[in-house]
Amino acid sequence: MDKVTVTIDGITLEVPSNYTVLQACREAGIDIPTLCYAEVINEIGSCRLCVVEIDGVRNLPASCIYPVQHGMNIRTNTPRVREARRVNLELILSNHDRNCLTCIRNTKCELQDLAERFGIADIEFQGEDVNYPLDDVSPAIVRNPNKCVLCRRCIAECQEVQNVFAIGAVNRGFDTLVSSPFYVSLNDSPCISCGQCITACPTGALYEKDHIQRVYRALADKRKHVVVQTAPAVRVGLGEEFGMPVGSIVTGKMVAALRRLGFEVVFDTDFAADLTIMEEGSELIERLKYGGKLPMITSCSPGWINFCEKYYPDFMENLSTCKSPHMMLGALIKTYYAEKMGWNPEDVYVVSVMPCTAKKVEIERPENMHDGIQDVDAVLTTRELARMIKEAGIDFVNLPDEEFDQPLGMSTGAAVIFGATGGVMEAALRTVSEIVEGKPLDKIDFEEVRGLEGVREATVTVDGLDLKLAIVNGTGNAKKLLDKIRSGEVEYHFIEIMGCPGGCITGGGQPIHHPNEMAEVRKLRAAAIYQADKNLPLRKSHENPAIKQIYEEYLGHPLGEKSHHLLHTQYTSKPLYRVTR
Amino acid sequence: MEQLYELFGIDRVEEFRAKLEELKKVPGSMISILNEAQEMFGYIPFQVQELISKETGVPLTEIFGIVTFYSRFSIIPAGKYKISLCLGTACYVRGSGQILEKLKENLGINEGETTSDGMFSLEAARCLGACALAPVMMINGEVYGRLTPDEAVKVIQRIKKQDLSQAAAEVE
Repeated sequence: MDKVTVTIDGITLEVPSNYTVLQACREAGIDIPTLCYAEVINEIGSCRLCVVEIDGVRNLPASCIYPVQHGMNIRTNTPRVREARRVNLELILSNHDRNCLTCIRNTKCELQDLAERFGIADIEFQGEDVNYPLDDVSPAIVRNPNKCVLCRRCIAECQEVQNVFAIGAVNRGFDTLVSSPFYVSLNDSPCISCGQCITACPTGALYEKDHIQRVYRALADKRKHVVVQTAPAVRVGLGEEFGMPVGSIVTGKMVAALRRLGFEVVFDTDFAADLTIMEEGSELIERLKYGGKLPMITSCSPGWINFCEKYYPDFMENLSTCKSPHMMLGALIKTYYAEKMGWNPEDVYVVSVMPCTAKKVEIERPENMHDGIQDVDAVLTTRELARMIKEAGIDFVNLPDEEFDQPLGMSTGAAVIFGATGGVMEAALRTVSEIVEGKPLDKIDFEEVRGLEGVREATVTVDGLDLKLAIVNGTGNAKKLLDKIRSGEVEYHFIEIMGCPGGCITGGGQPIHHPNEMAEVRKLRAAAIYQADKNLPLRKSHENPAIKQIYEEYLGHPLGEKSHHLLHTQYTSKPLYRVTR
Repeated sequence: MEQLYELFGIDRVEEFRAKLEELKKVPGSMISILNEAQEMFGYIPFQVQELISKETGVPLTEIFGIVTFYSRFSIIPAGKYKISLCLGTACYVRGSGQILEKLKENLGINEGETTSDGMFSLEAARCLGACALAPVMMINGEVYGRLTPDEAVKVIQRIKKQDLSQAAAEVE
């Protein structure tokens, strides 16, 4: 890349010629304030907080979209720049609902940080206020337009990244609003509840539907046996909420915290991930053997399932019939485990701690009801669990490590990698290869399916058959691949699809970071997931003794009648809009 | 499609579809398509936007964004009598703001809305090219100039009366 020389606040430096002024300033060690800017996905120069002065340019350009030029003289801290930024911020604040104390993002808000940084003491503009109703109909996501700053980062996630198109900018000028078409609720829109909009939002305009209160009620109910389970990705995210570095593995502290919060039994969704591999692996072998529908596509990610049901109804039969792991475990807790303990299933309350917002919708799917009982009663996001731990005053960082309860807390390394894109594929390969070939694997790690690229392909030979595989993360990438399959351009045997970019580690329920940091966050959390796999003595699902035990004691064999009833489900195509006006 | 037929009749819908078929071949023709829809149906309801989305592959969310951005497109049916009141500079300085308030109060609707009986819709225009007559409003193509708030209301009442007697004459 060619270099150009620019001068920024008197410092002369060389930068690549394709840089924006913002990038050049950051290289010069100057942290230009931004609000709407999100690298690659949302470079629109709309908030005007990043304005700078450039010699020979009459107005104040937005540095985030202004390209550098050789010899450019940039000034970032002049009275004119400071005044313009302050006025722009005050204008954004002037019709913002400034009830920060009661806001879910209080102290974790980019707008608040900017107000503090600019030392805003008084807002000059006393114009019209906005007063829109809350959209809280969706079981997963709440939208509060009064907290919205119209940065459009959520729209970029929803449209450009995820290709869902549930929300967009409507109206004009002061009436501009982020909304679904015809002002319908997110619940009636194409929304797949992935929650990526939440993690993109700089303020409290988007957040998960609260399940904390119902969990507190259950915990306080003496008749209830409250059982909790935790997804693989939660253990590599939760620590960040307590100031630990990104990528910290906090499994033991998490279990200890859950016991201190009053959960009677602490199980691990990882157990059910191993179980998923037994069921899904067997399903794949059956489909390959008996000419079933191929490619088979994984079904662990409810965001992906929602996307498939709405946008790709012709792929319904390709989906594995396996429920997602936490739903499997919920079903087993209310049957197998309740029987074991002599509990009435109606008195058992199952809480799933998930990196995911779509799971809040999934637990209400009528397909998953058994005699009017839900498999899972509440879903807490990683963020919600952190809030409970903070409220209870538990010193998380200094907690001792504790172990999961047994038998549904035992798991292998194959289960924990479900948290990262490619993990389900690798776990399935570890088990399917050994079962089909009847001999131990030479190498447990299938490096060829790892990585963070949106679409990856691999061919793995199992017992002489070249299995063609694809691994996809993010529904926008899923669209790319499915369109190619539809047109006959590509063919596969088995595909793993996760709804969120990066997989569950960066799901919509995980601790929030600025979109520009997400690539690095994904890398660190994925590394932690694979480290957690390496740390475990057993790394293949079918070697999990508790899995062997449950098949012997209760389920019989994979894809058996009990499995069919408790662990499998079905899908139906859904309309994009639930309106006919 | 059935809902569309029910709303606008088979002929009109098919005529629109034929035009859509042609227009969608031209890149960047969304505005032209929406113009056609607005003219043909008087407004662009969900069913029409959904059809355009399916035919062009442009997500409904984007289409709705365009429809609500430009004031010439509407998502609710226009009234039998379409009032456009000029809020351009000349009319505004001569008091069209007060006329707007009075009309809103009298009709019980806001800008961009239609009365519940479907008789009147009210929209603000930006200069009708009749500044000499400011402040002006236009109802179904007819211009009323040099208005005051009270006179504007009188015009509305006159139209109501005429419409009633016309309807009565038709019954006879």
